[in-house]
Amino acid sequence: MLIEVDNVTHIYNDENNVTALKKINLEIDNGEFIGIVGHTGSGKSTLVQLFNGLIIPSSGAVKVNGKNITDEKTNLKETRRHVGLVFQYPEHQLFEETVYKDIAFGPKNLGLSEEEIETRVNEVMGLVNLDYEEFKDRSPFNLSGGQQRRVAIAGVLALKPDVLVLDEPSAGLDPQGRKRLADLLRYLYHELEMTLILISHRMEEIAELSSRVIVMHNGEIVLDGSPKEVFAREQKLHQLALDLPQITEIMHRLKDRGLKVETDLFSLEKASEEILNRLRGCEKC
Amino acid sequence: MSLININGVDFLYENENSDRPALQNINLQIEAGDFAVIIGSNGSGKSTLAKLLNVLLTPTKGEIYIDGLNSSKSENTWKIRQKVGMVFQNPDNQLVASMVEDDVAFGPENLGIPSPEIRKRVDKALEMVGMAGFQKFAPHKLSGGQKQRVAIAGVIAMEPDVIVLDEPTAMLDPQGRKEVMETIEYLNKEKEITIVHITHFMEEAVTADKVIVMNEGNILHKGTPKSIFRLVNKLKEINLDIPVAAEVAEYLRSKNVNIPDILTIDELVNSLC
Repeated sequence: MLIEVDNVTHIYNDENNVTALKKINLEIDNGEFIGIVGHTGSGKSTLVQLFNGLIIPSSGAVKVNGKNITDEKTNLKETRRHVGLVFQYPEHQLFEETVYKDIAFGPKNLGLSEEEIETRVNEVMGLVNLDYEEFKDRSPFNLSGGQQRRVAIAGVLALKPDVLVLDEPSAGLDPQGRKRLADLLRYLYHELEMTLILISHRMEEIAELSSRVIVMHNGEIVLDGSPKEVFAREQKLHQLALDLPQITEIMHRLKDRGLKVETDLFSLEKASEEILNRLRGCEKC
Repeated sequence: MSLININGVDFLYENENSDRPALQNINLQIEAGDFAVIIGSNGSGKSTLAKLLNVLLTPTKGEIYIDGLNSSKSENTWKIRQKVGMVFQNPDNQLVASMVEDDVAFGPENLGIPSPEIRKRVDKALEMVGMAGFQKFAPHKLSGGQKQRVAIAGVIAMEPDVIVLDEPTAMLDPQGRKEVMETIEYLNKEKEITIVHITHFMEEAVTADKVIVMNEGNILHKGTPKSIFRLVNKLKEINLDIPVAAEVAEYLRSKNVNIPDILTIDELVNSLC
């Protein structure tokens, strides 16, 4: 098992003493693509920060590759090589003079040779679709927001983590930027067989990309299953005031009105075809 | 005369390598009381247009008149800034004080308004954005949507004729987006404040009086929400988000299903069943 969370409770040690996580049990396997959804404050970001030891829980244990990282003796530096974390608005953390130096910062700290670093920077810039020659000597601060974010993601990928955790990576991106990001995540998952953990408010993104969806609410995991299973729980999600993917909402509403459509199609094309076929099947509903 | 009159405006950023102006031959009128939504992808020129409206920039060519005042004349700069309030994308970059009420009071204080009047304006503005009772809160303890509403209150307290919001929802979660959109609609419909809302979320244009689509420094279309959303394929080409219901409707129409103009899920479901 890649990541095991065993009965974890976390209370933030500040004036409000918020209980961010309540008795969480969770196992994540190699090769999963986990989508995590829930309202702001539901515990999503706290949960993922457990995975590389940024947060040591108030109680319970977290194991990565079988190693208990909540044990004080564990070398967290090693863990952080395996679990790469891309924060919200990661472009705010760019700081170097050039794109090359920014991406090379992590690998350098791992003590890799100049040659190996160069190979890695070249490779990850290709992954995030930034031309090496064109961008390597440019200042990251003169790039567009979407490009800056790709530089930041490249910096984490350059550490070659086994697991990539992304907290709201598409926030503020336009449709083209989101599509690029989705293509990158698909590539990492299918071609490079990385384990991915994606936090997002965009249900469409979660439904289309992930293999397993975890829904959080008030520090607890309230739903856990395949996208089909989770988004079939229409009433439960509405009760939690969470949206369905818009296309799923349309399919459920049509079905309620008597049009016998399948409700578990997440691609807009397939769902539109399904509606068309059903409309042609019955002239009046 | 319209409240905002933009006549043949070009804008070229001086320090840029490119020769392409950020805005080219923009002509646009916005009337008092309008809820105008400007949509466009990154780099379309929509933020540049916003900055021209309260004289953070002035046109390279052409003129902008706000309530009859020419923005290129420096003696009008401060008068126009009192008339045009701005709200920006990142709530964390525009709140300056350590307490909500001080933040909202910042603008009117700078206008030299007497204290009792400021007190009244601050309380009223917070009430208008649904933040009454938060006077003594620290801004950093608020949610994104609440911070943005405090920023809007700060603008309202200056009693502008028009509020220009430059992607105010881009950094917010769905709850925050909803709060901010409801606040903007309330201010427009109930308080009759003219709104220019800039966004790349097309759903946010559904209730507008006027939608302006920008692309590569030009105005591509102007019209009612329905007239614009019928251009689904064109809007996709220029990298805009289309409401899913409009996209499904367009697909069905292309397959000869007779279906009216659709903006929302409700409209789609009602027209099909």
